[in-house]
Amino acid sequence: MRYLPLTDTDRQEMLSVIGASSIDDLFVDVPAEARLSGQIEGLPDHASELAVERHMAALARKNLSAGEAPFFLGAGAYKHHVPASVDHLIQRGEFLTAYTPYQPEIAQGTLQVLFEFQTQVARLLGCDVANASMYDGSTACWEAIGMARRITKRGKALLSSGLHPHYVSVANTMAKFTGDVLEHESPTLDAATDIDALIASIDKDTSCVVVQYPDILGRIADLTPLADAAHAVGALLVAVVTEPVALGAIKAPGHMGADIVVGEGQSIGVGLQFGGPYLGLFACKQKYVRQMPGRLCGETLDASGKRGFVLTLSTREQHIRREKATSNICTNSGLCALAFSIHMTLLGEKGLRELAVLNHGLAVQAADRLAQVPGVTLLNDSFFNEFTLILSKDARDVVRALADKGVLAGVSLGRLFPTAPEIGNGLVVAVTETVTPEDIETLAKALEEELA
Amino acid sequence: MTMLKEGRPTAPQAVNDADTIPATATGNRALMLEEALIFEIGSTDTTGVDFADAPKVASRLGNLARTDGIGLPGLSEQETVRHYTRLSRQNYAIDLGLFPLGSCTMKHNPRLNEKVARMPGFADIHPLQPQSTVQGALAVIHELAAWLVTLTGMHSVAMSPKAGAHGELCGLLAIRAALEARGDARSVILVPESAHGTNPATAAFCGYKVEDIPATPDGRVDLEALKARLGPDVAAVMITNPNTCGLFERDMKTISDAVHAAGAFVYCDGANFNAIVGRVRPGDLGVDAMHINLHKTFSTPHGGGGPGSGPVVLSEALTPFAPLPFVEKQGDGFALVEEETADEHHASSFGRMVAFHGQMGMFTRALTYILSHGADGLRQVAEDAVLNANYVLRSLDDVLDAPFGGSGPCMHEALFSDKGLADGFTTLDIAKGLIDEGFHPMTMYFPLVVHGAMLVEPTETESKAALDQFILALRSLANRAKAGDEALKGAPYFAPRRRLDETLAARKPVLTWTEPALAQAAE
Repeated sequence: MRYLPLTDTDRQEMLSVIGASSIDDLFVDVPAEARLSGQIEGLPDHASELAVERHMAALARKNLSAGEAPFFLGAGAYKHHVPASVDHLIQRGEFLTAYTPYQPEIAQGTLQVLFEFQTQVARLLGCDVANASMYDGSTACWEAIGMARRITKRGKALLSSGLHPHYVSVANTMAKFTGDVLEHESPTLDAATDIDALIASIDKDTSCVVVQYPDILGRIADLTPLADAAHAVGALLVAVVTEPVALGAIKAPGHMGADIVVGEGQSIGVGLQFGGPYLGLFACKQKYVRQMPGRLCGETLDASGKRGFVLTLSTREQHIRREKATSNICTNSGLCALAFSIHMTLLGEKGLRELAVLNHGLAVQAADRLAQVPGVTLLNDSFFNEFTLILSKDARDVVRALADKGVLAGVSLGRLFPTAPEIGNGLVVAVTETVTPEDIETLAKALEEELA
Repeated sequence: MTMLKEGRPTAPQAVNDADTIPATATGNRALMLEEALIFEIGSTDTTGVDFADAPKVASRLGNLARTDGIGLPGLSEQETVRHYTRLSRQNYAIDLGLFPLGSCTMKHNPRLNEKVARMPGFADIHPLQPQSTVQGALAVIHELAAWLVTLTGMHSVAMSPKAGAHGELCGLLAIRAALEARGDARSVILVPESAHGTNPATAAFCGYKVEDIPATPDGRVDLEALKARLGPDVAAVMITNPNTCGLFERDMKTISDAVHAAGAFVYCDGANFNAIVGRVRPGDLGVDAMHINLHKTFSTPHGGGGPGSGPVVLSEALTPFAPLPFVEKQGDGFALVEEETADEHHASSFGRMVAFHGQMGMFTRALTYILSHGADGLRQVAEDAVLNANYVLRSLDDVLDAPFGGSGPCMHEALFSDKGLADGFTTLDIAKGLIDEGFHPMTMYFPLVVHGAMLVEPTETESKAALDQFILALRSLANRAKAGDEALKGAPYFAPRRRLDETLAARKPVLTWTEPALAQAAE
């Protein structure tokens, strides 16, 4: 077995050092009735690298990958080109096969990356501080609601109808057990967001308002009036960004008054991967830093006076505070944070802005072209690289039919909001730099045939 | 002109004393290169990426164009590669040597797993693609799930939790949902003193009161104390088995029976499953829920802090409450059961824990690893992991105090205490000394039930030669700490940094980089 270095001679020598006559002697504490005498039945034995690769490759071939088809899916996960050097660098063994940096003297590589990552994220989101990552956007969003509860000591959160429905589901699951009250409705097919309705619903029991920017239908709204209304009654504004590339083109939520900004960092460096692992971004105002969940990396000095980095403020965390911790999170998304940070370093502000302009330009072209298709109406006045089309029939059926023709057309609102059939004709279409003019034309033609 | 005949020196000249090694002008030391922050070496108008020209369009950004300087420095591709390559060399890693962090199971990460995870059919598919276009991905989840269920002897598995602690949350939410379904709200979760910090944190997160269970002198759960505490207010007991002292909980089945008799559930922290995979099925011990850290037992790389993956195997009693979504075999293919169809199939589910379907990138790696080992190999994994740990224990218990060494063999990790070290010498000194000897230190000061704990988990992927060298190093350090060798308190001497001041970092947190002028102005 190629991963196991011990030989039978080694095993015998080691047993004699231990003073045991057989391996079974080392399992004496396992009650006899629970000890399996032979190997578990019904499972195959070990296999060669070649055989395993063949098996897995055969499974991989049963999927239609994004690169094989005109591809327009978004809704919280986006296909972007990731430069080759990103994947090369994250596969360096010193990054890939390290653990959480518990011994900082021999983990300065990981720690400096985290310090740089935290700074990049804070600046991108327009906040003072950011943590070293969460699992993904949806869990970061829930953690933000919990953090707002701890800060305001109130238990009612208002969730915008434009918040990703999976994020709403995660929050609902957790609220059942924590007693938080969450107010939420499904979106309506309007060009305007629900900001005015949210402002009207804020009251003195509100811990926070959670709003996605751009929202699930791709709409963009100024968050400043919402932040002002929340702050007027002592509530917080939590902004959720599922497409961080957008912040190369549009104002950062932190600069519009958001107190906590969370996001899904998958777009930058991480890739689609069928939904995970992804990268939770979490940033906030400086004054709330001690209520943050998750790991934080900070600057310090070593015994000889050199600058170095360590995990810090760990008195918030489970391994120190146990049941009084701000979160139970331990392992987070370190390697995805590295990928994000490398990709962001390659881009720099110049590259990020160019990437954002390219995405927006292609999206505008696509929206205008698709809106010419009979039976298609464009919902959005404003959008970045994702917009909603209202079709003349159920979008779910259209998506399936187009997939059979090799076109991955977008995400239907029926898939996202199965309990809101009244918006079932909505189709969310994302257009990134990976989409070509030919792809747009292919989608337009396919929609035209399907809706005819 | 004459040709010089002298040539260059070809043998080293005598150097008097190692203490006279001069400082360098750059701060670099040959292959050990100092590296500044990207904010110090990059600029906002440098980029390492080229794009096609953007179409000229009228902006539709809702009058919200970003006009401020974001402050994100860029580097050219060459500078980027160099920056991260240099930083990588300041890390210790399993690829460099033994990484005996107890409870963390730092085993070799096979590269086939990386290759498979990067196949476009897995890496480049969107979580919301029509199911007809992702049948291979659903098959992977289904196949891995079947292995996990069979290896643990449980009834089902929830695949979506993102890491071990998220899996704990999943297990406790299922337990809470099951109790509520029978109208039996309970308020307390019992957790042994030796538990991982995530256990009490998770229980509190779910709204439970946490109470400690004491340990016996031989490092196991005090069965009588536990039985005495069980009652109608206890929702569950969280037990790690093998436990964090590296010992198998011999009374596990008796504990489970008592817990079930009291109407409560048994949660098992599966962080240490590596010690028993293929030899013991938790389902045979009465466990109701257990998370499996794919990044431990099933070798998905830890990446310096994740991503992890924490599928939770469930008993028949908890299965109806499992989270959405999950994969079901339907006819010749596979279906993803989400909110839309959950009512018909899975009405009691406690709901969704995460957007999309869990850590697919970890599933492909774990399944690749499992298929490589097969049932016979996985059994050998547990045997070699336990053999290696016992070899370390018995090779060092004459120089280091092994608090439970007298009670019999350990499982996959060997536990030592700081008893017998000279006055003023600590576990930390030994750990930092190991760094100079070329090893990552063991887990230190955990579990909390042993003074100055040193928890050594070698894993099955270490050779006898590697273990012997580690034993040599730790034996030397133990002797130095017992003899009061003051030099040890300065270790590490040879790492990229000397001991770092964590107190300073926490007292005045600097969590982001600020331009020096601004930082000074703020003081």
